[in-house]
Amino acid sequence: MSAIIHGAGAATALTTFHSKKLVARSRTNLPGRSKRCIVASGSDDGSKSFGSSSSLSLRHSHKLIPNNAVATKVDTSATTGHELLLFEALQEGLEEEMDRDPHVCVMGEDVGHYGGSYKVTKGLADKFGDLRVLDTPICENAFTGMGIGAAMTGLRPVIEGMNMGFLLLAFNQISNNCGMLHYTSGGQFTIPVVIRGPGGVGRQLGAEHSQRLESYFQSIPGIQMVACSTPYNAKGLMKAAIRSENPVILFEHVLLYNLKEKIPDEEYICNLEEAEMVRPGEHITILTYSRMRYHVMQAAKILVNKGYDPEVIDIRSLKPFDLYTIGNSVKKTHRVLIVEECMRTGGIGASLTAAINENFHDYLDAPVMCLSSQDVPTPYAGTLEEWTVVQPAQIVTAVEQLCQ
Amino acid sequence: MALSRLSLRSNRLLNPSTTTAALPSSLRRHVSTDTTPITIETAVPFESHLCDAPSRSVETSSSEILSFFRDMARMRRMEIAADSLYKSKLIRGFCHLYDGQEALAVGMEAAITRKDAIITSYRDHCTFLGRGGELVDAFSELMGRKRGCSNGKGGSMHFYKKDACFYGGHGIVGAQIPLGCGLAFAQKYSKEEFVTFTLYGDGAANQGQLFEALNIAALWDLPAILVCENNHYGMGTATWRSAKSPAYFKRGDYVPGLKVDGMDALAVKQACKFAKEHALKNGPIVLEMDTYRYHGHSMSDPGSTYRTRDEVSGVRQVRDPIERVRKLLLSHDIATEKELKDMEKEVRKEVDDAVAQAKESPVPEPSELFTNMYVKDCGVESFGADRKELKVTLA
Repeated sequence: MSAIIHGAGAATALTTFHSKKLVARSRTNLPGRSKRCIVASGSDDGSKSFGSSSSLSLRHSHKLIPNNAVATKVDTSATTGHELLLFEALQEGLEEEMDRDPHVCVMGEDVGHYGGSYKVTKGLADKFGDLRVLDTPICENAFTGMGIGAAMTGLRPVIEGMNMGFLLLAFNQISNNCGMLHYTSGGQFTIPVVIRGPGGVGRQLGAEHSQRLESYFQSIPGIQMVACSTPYNAKGLMKAAIRSENPVILFEHVLLYNLKEKIPDEEYICNLEEAEMVRPGEHITILTYSRMRYHVMQAAKILVNKGYDPEVIDIRSLKPFDLYTIGNSVKKTHRVLIVEECMRTGGIGASLTAAINENFHDYLDAPVMCLSSQDVPTPYAGTLEEWTVVQPAQIVTAVEQLCQ
Repeated sequence: MALSRLSLRSNRLLNPSTTTAALPSSLRRHVSTDTTPITIETAVPFESHLCDAPSRSVETSSSEILSFFRDMARMRRMEIAADSLYKSKLIRGFCHLYDGQEALAVGMEAAITRKDAIITSYRDHCTFLGRGGELVDAFSELMGRKRGCSNGKGGSMHFYKKDACFYGGHGIVGAQIPLGCGLAFAQKYSKEEFVTFTLYGDGAANQGQLFEALNIAALWDLPAILVCENNHYGMGTATWRSAKSPAYFKRGDYVPGLKVDGMDALAVKQACKFAKEHALKNGPIVLEMDTYRYHGHSMSDPGSTYRTRDEVSGVRQVRDPIERVRKLLLSHDIATEKELKDMEKEVRKEVDDAVAQAKESPVPEPSELFTNMYVKDCGVESFGADRKELKVTLA
C-alpha cells in the first residue's frame, strides 16, 4: 500500500506548541506495520471547538505547572496541507477510494443527484455516474441487504444511512447477514461494506432523529465500529474502513460536520483499531469519542487552569476497544473517567467500564466513573436537550471528585 | 423385446455378463450419453402475468432426463437420511427438509450455468447438492463436523458454495431477498451476462423487504429472478390463511410473473430458461413454483396438524416429481424398471457411504471458535493489557 499509515503518535496526537514535527509514540513493536511515516502537520490538534481555532499549549510535566490555557494562534502558513471541513474530508476520502478501486460504490438515500443530505457525497454522482453512486428509494432494510449481497461477490459498497437512527430498520441485515456471514460460511464470503451515517444528539432534532446506535450494534459479532471526530481522522477512518475486508460501521456526528482543520496533502489512512491520544497528562485518564471529545477539551481547559493535568484519549475504535492505549494510560494515571454520548444503560461506556475493571483493576485508585447521556428520549426543548447530554461543567466536577 | 431394452450403457448400470454385445448398434441406446433432443410437453400450462408465457414444449434429451432422475433420487435419499440422522440425534437444532420439492432444484440447474447465482432460504440442502455440493460435505455440515461446507460452523441453515455461486443458506425468513437483489446488482455492475435466482417461500412472500427489493430491482433493471417456492404452507399456516392474494406471481404488480408447476422438472427448466432470457433483457421477473413438501416445516413439526395425511399421500401419488420422471423414462423407452431400480440402489449406497464417512469425520478444533470472525487486515493485531495476552486477533 502506498498510503502512509499513521500510528497513534503522529499528526493528531499532541502538538507541542513550539514544534511542527510530530514525534511518533513507541508503538513500533506492533508486528506487520513496517511502513510508518511521520508527517509534519501544523495545526492538527484535538481542541478544535466550533468556530474557533484555538490550540492548547501542552507540556509533559510531573508537577502542576499552570499551563497557558489561553488560546494561541499557531502559525499555519509555513506548513503544507489544506484546510477543509469535516464533511469535505469525508468526501475527499471517499472520492480517493472510489478513484483507486472501481469496486467501491455508494448507496443511500439522496446520495447521488442531491449530493447527500450532509453533502458528504456531493459531486460524486457527476464524476462516477449513476451506477456507482446510487440513489435508493427509502427502504433501509432492502438497500442495506443489497449492499451486503453485492459485497458477497466482491463489490465494496459504502452504505449511507441518512441518519443512523434509520438503520434500525436494517438491523436484521446488519446483525445477521453483515456481521455473521463470514463466520457461518466458514470464511468463504467476506463482507467489505462500510455502513456510515450521522447520529448523535443534534440541535433539537427530536427523539427519533437523535439516536446513538453504537450501543445497539456493539454486541454484533463480526463487525468493527469506529467513530470519527476530526476532519483528519474522518478522512483517515473512511479510507481505512473502505479498504478493510471486514464490515465497518463508521459513526459520524451531526454537529461535527462543519469542523475545520488542516489535513495533509499526501495520502494517509488511520488505523481502525487504534485510539487517539488527544492530550497527554498525568492525573486522570478521560476516555471519550465523537462529539464529547470537544466537551472534554473544553472542560480540560478549565481543569488545566485549576491545576489538573488530564490525559484525554479519543477512543475512536468502539469495537474492538484499543485496550493497549487505554491500559497504558490507566497504568500511568490510575484514574479513569469515561465521557460519552451513549445512554447510560448498555452503552459504550458501560462496556468500556467493564473491560477496564476486568483488565486493569489492580491499577485503579478509584472506581471508573462514566458520564453518559440520560436514559430518556431526547426532548425537543433546547434547555432539556442540553441536560440529556454531558456538559463540560459536569466533566469538571467529575474530575475534581475523582482526583481528590 | 426385453433383450432390446438391454443395451450398452455405462459399466455401473449393467451386469457385464448380460452385455449384449451381439446387438446391432442401431438398437443400442447409449442413454447416459445420449443427447439427441427430445421434445416433451408439460402437463400443466404456464400462467403468466404481464408477459407472454413460454411454450409448453420443452427441449430436452434422454441423458438429461436420466440425470434428473438420478439427481432427484439422490436428493430424496439425502433428505430421508437426514430425517433418520435427526431422529437419532446426530443432527441437532433445526433441520428443514426439501423432499417433494426436488424438481425445482434440478430443473433450475438444467437451465442455468454455475456462474449464475442462486440464493435461497434455510431449506437449502438440495439446492446445495444441485450446485455441485458433495454429499459428504452436506452431511458433515449437518452433523457439525470440520469437513462440512461451512466448516461445521453454519449448520443446516447455512450451506454455502462460493465457487459455484451458491450464496446460501439463510435463517431469517425473507432476509435473503435483498441479498439476492444485491447479487444481481453486482452482476449488473460487473457487466457480466449472468442472473441471480433468489428463492423464497410462500411465507416470505408477505415480507416487506420483498417488495422493497422488487421495487429497486425493477427500477434499476437488475437481472434478478425472484422464485417463490409455493409449497402452500408457511410453517403451519396455509396460504389461504396468510395471504389475501395467493397468486404470488402476480404480486410483483408491475413486475412480470409466471406460474409454473413446480413438481415437473421440465416445466421448471423451461420457466427458468425463459426467466433468464427475460431478466437479461428486461429486468426482474417473478416465478411462482407450485410445489409441495412431504415433511413438516422442519423436523420439529410433524406436518400433520395443519394438513391431512390423505392430502400428503395424495400428492405423493399423483404429483411426485421422481415418479413423474420415472414414468417419462419408461414411456419413452429410455430406461427399464430394473435399471431405474438399480440406479436408486446405487444412489442409496452413495448416500449411505457419505453418511458413514461424515460420521467418522472429526469435529472442529476448539480454536475454530474464533476463526473467521474477522479477515486478516493490514497485518494489525490489537493486543490487550501489557501486550502479554492477545485479546483480539484480527485474523
